[in-house]
Amino acid sequence: MPYILNTPDDEQTMLKAIGAESIDELFSTIPAEARLPRALNIPAAMEEIELTQHVGALGRKNQAAGDHVCFLGGGAYDHFIPTVVDAVSSRSEFYTAYTPYQAEASQGSLQAFYEYQTLICQITGMDVANASLYEGGSAVAEAVLMAINVTDRKGNVVVPESLHPEYRQVLATYLANLGVQLVTIPTPGGYLDPAELKKAVGPETAAVVVQHPNFFGHLEEVEELVRITRAAGALYVASFDPISAGVIKRPGQYDADIAVAEGQCLGTPLGYGGPYLGIMACRNEYVRKIPGRLVGQTTDRNGKRCWTLTLQTREQHIRRDKATSNICTNQGLFALRAAVYLTALGPQGLKETAELCLQKAHYLADQLATIPGVSLKFNRPFFKEFAVKLPGDVPVMLKQLQTKGYFAGLHAGRWYPGLADTLTVAVTEKRTKAEMDGLVKAIKELVGK
Amino acid sequence: MNNTQSIELLFELSRPGRRTHRLPVCDVPVKPVSSLLPAGAVAEAPPPLPEVGEIDLIRHYNNLSTRNFSIDTNFYPLGSCTMKYNPKRHERFAANPAFAGVHPLQDEETTQGMLEMLWDMQNFLTEISGLPAISLQPAAGAHGELTALYVAAAYFRDKGMTSRRKVLVPDSAHGTNPASAVLAGFQTITVKSNAKGLVDLDDLKSKLDDSTAVFMITNPNTLGLFEGQIRQITDLVHQAGGLVYLDGANMNAILGITRPGDFGADMQHYNVHKTFTGPHGGGGPGSGPITVRDFLAPYLPTPLVKKVGDKFELDYNLPKSIGRVRSFFGNVGILFRGWAYIRTLGPDGLKKVSEHAVLNANYLLSRLKGNFDVPHGDRCMHEFVASAKGLRREKRISAMDIGKRLLDYGYHAPTVYFPLVVPEALMMEPTETESKQTLDAFADALIAIINEEPTFLHQAPHTMPISRPDEVKAAKEPILRWTA
Repeated sequence: MPYILNTPDDEQTMLKAIGAESIDELFSTIPAEARLPRALNIPAAMEEIELTQHVGALGRKNQAAGDHVCFLGGGAYDHFIPTVVDAVSSRSEFYTAYTPYQAEASQGSLQAFYEYQTLICQITGMDVANASLYEGGSAVAEAVLMAINVTDRKGNVVVPESLHPEYRQVLATYLANLGVQLVTIPTPGGYLDPAELKKAVGPETAAVVVQHPNFFGHLEEVEELVRITRAAGALYVASFDPISAGVIKRPGQYDADIAVAEGQCLGTPLGYGGPYLGIMACRNEYVRKIPGRLVGQTTDRNGKRCWTLTLQTREQHIRRDKATSNICTNQGLFALRAAVYLTALGPQGLKETAELCLQKAHYLADQLATIPGVSLKFNRPFFKEFAVKLPGDVPVMLKQLQTKGYFAGLHAGRWYPGLADTLTVAVTEKRTKAEMDGLVKAIKELVGK
Repeated sequence: MNNTQSIELLFELSRPGRRTHRLPVCDVPVKPVSSLLPAGAVAEAPPPLPEVGEIDLIRHYNNLSTRNFSIDTNFYPLGSCTMKYNPKRHERFAANPAFAGVHPLQDEETTQGMLEMLWDMQNFLTEISGLPAISLQPAAGAHGELTALYVAAAYFRDKGMTSRRKVLVPDSAHGTNPASAVLAGFQTITVKSNAKGLVDLDDLKSKLDDSTAVFMITNPNTLGLFEGQIRQITDLVHQAGGLVYLDGANMNAILGITRPGDFGADMQHYNVHKTFTGPHGGGGPGSGPITVRDFLAPYLPTPLVKKVGDKFELDYNLPKSIGRVRSFFGNVGILFRGWAYIRTLGPDGLKKVSEHAVLNANYLLSRLKGNFDVPHGDRCMHEFVASAKGLRREKRISAMDIGKRLLDYGYHAPTVYFPLVVPEALMMEPTETESKQTLDAFADALIAIINEEPTFLHQAPHTMPISRPDEVKAAKEPILRWTA
């Protein structure tokens, strides 16, 4: 069988050295009544050729974004991944390394994570970043737990409906056992009305979480929202789109306390939702409350600059039940990919990518709005994603568009019963004019029927 | 490893005007940004990212990679981490655009192959654990623990047993256990180990009562010992009305040999990145599915994959579900690798994995027991814990010194100073993918090291790019980012 090297001869020699008659004897501490008296009921082994063929056959039962023109978003986007990202992350010295607890044997990963932390500070405009969390939804929850810890308030946490519905679900799960109330403000206009936030926050509010651009792709009035949050003494958690940082203000520039994001857009394949990358950055004063791993610069015994995991007294393996979080693993490999992605783009590349998304999304929105019965759902500024009102049964139309080769968008009614007529459409820098014109034509034909 | 080109930071390599990735000209009519976005929302300039050309970027990272130990270059006997070989075929499968290019919110009609693979994985993992219900959603082992504790809390709430607020954790447990328990709103109580390194039954009994919610146990435990009294333990917890949680970190020892569901566990998590060899990626991603008993199934996170006729669907219809613990389905790329591993090995191969993991650990133990204290006997499961307590007393050689010196010999250090119940712990888990020759060479190196000059060891490593970073300084005046 593959991957096991011991030959029957080795086995005998080893058993002899151990002083055991058989391998089975080594399991004698397992009581007989607990032993499985049969073989596991799973399929028989496959050699590489067979398994490769099987995987190929399964793959043919999928239709990937690359087989269609993809306008799906909702937190996962079909951005281009430069070849250098794959080239670096396929170095097995990176992907088969363990967590860099032994600094001397891990300077490569440690330096890469230190650089990642710096790059995240640069795109968030925040003081410090951790070496990553699981993904965008649990990053929101971790930010809120951190805010509860910092403010020592356990009354409530306020979010608008324009925050990703799945992120809100995650947050609700995390808060359910802590006695902290989750207050959700309706956003009928596709954005959080600052006046509504003002009514919702109070002296017991630990955090306000706002996604900007929001789930529909629209901008929020962040500066006003931050002022209101601050006046209530709560922390402002900004969930942002890293690509948007190429053109719109970054969380640190509008004075957020904690910035979190789904980092999938930074060089991670769509991959059916994971593994992705949870980004988190915060103000310096909260650094000892931040969850997850941190890499710090120091010097070695010969005075050489080097890197090591630091502030580990926050973490579960040291503090156990007093830790800031239970998190152990991070998303090291995807933090590496994000670092390579951001470096490959540089400031100009990120700006151009963001502007291409912005221009193309607006072109498509304008074209769609020319179709009779189709209009923008909300009259609000947007970045790369927007909400459109369609005449007709949206899920049925989506299926019809799928057969024509388009993943046209997400049915908002899936999460918002009041938005049964609404589609959210995401446009990345990969979409061409011809693809967008094709979608417009296909929708026109459907509507015209 | 000492190529100086790699020591510069990206930010120090940066030169204005350089770049790697270039973008095409915009093919739609371009409008002024000021006409599309409110002035107050627009940034004056893009973030100050480094500006680096392609060859510099590639050399930078390739050189950095040579400053790492990795499974593909070094033996990694890290206890509790199951650092086994990561088969190359998995990387090719995961990169297949028919899987890597699937958006998480696509119509289920377009993801049938993906859902079939995940359905298989649900079946494999429930069969291996002997617990019939499963969620693949948790992103890592600790996330699985947390999810299972949320499930337990939801169960007790639903049954009106809200006074069950205590989670019992052995003193040899992973730190994630108590940390997860607190995050799930429970109070933690520590249960002592006895002299043999096993759960002290009297101490457990004295701490069980009608406030007990969950007893979390790692079996085999972190000392590499199978809790032979596991049935008595689980019976005691059940009699007190509590649930038994199995920390599945050490599943590599028992695949196809015994099943947590058969020895009384009610819930468990897997570390797919350990047992089923998703690569560790320098610290992640992991994947931490949980399996539970039938009566806990209604509380699992959604969605689950179900099969209706010959079609696969996502099932969101669990009214008592705890909700989500993350966005989208789960760490599918790691689950896919685990699936491929299980398909490669089959039932006999999986059992052989555990047999040889245990054989290798016992062999290494037999090679070392004359030279190191091994406080918990001369037999183990997939790992064992040696102690440098005597060496420390007699020669002033610590576990840390030994670990650091091993790096010079080309071996990663064992897990040191864990579990906490063993002083100067050196926790070794060789895994099944190493050969007798590698284990012999490693044992020889360890034995050679403890006979080296203590003062020489105090300064080890001697051949690595750096030696003994000042961690006190790093924590006292944290420098967590580069600044100009």
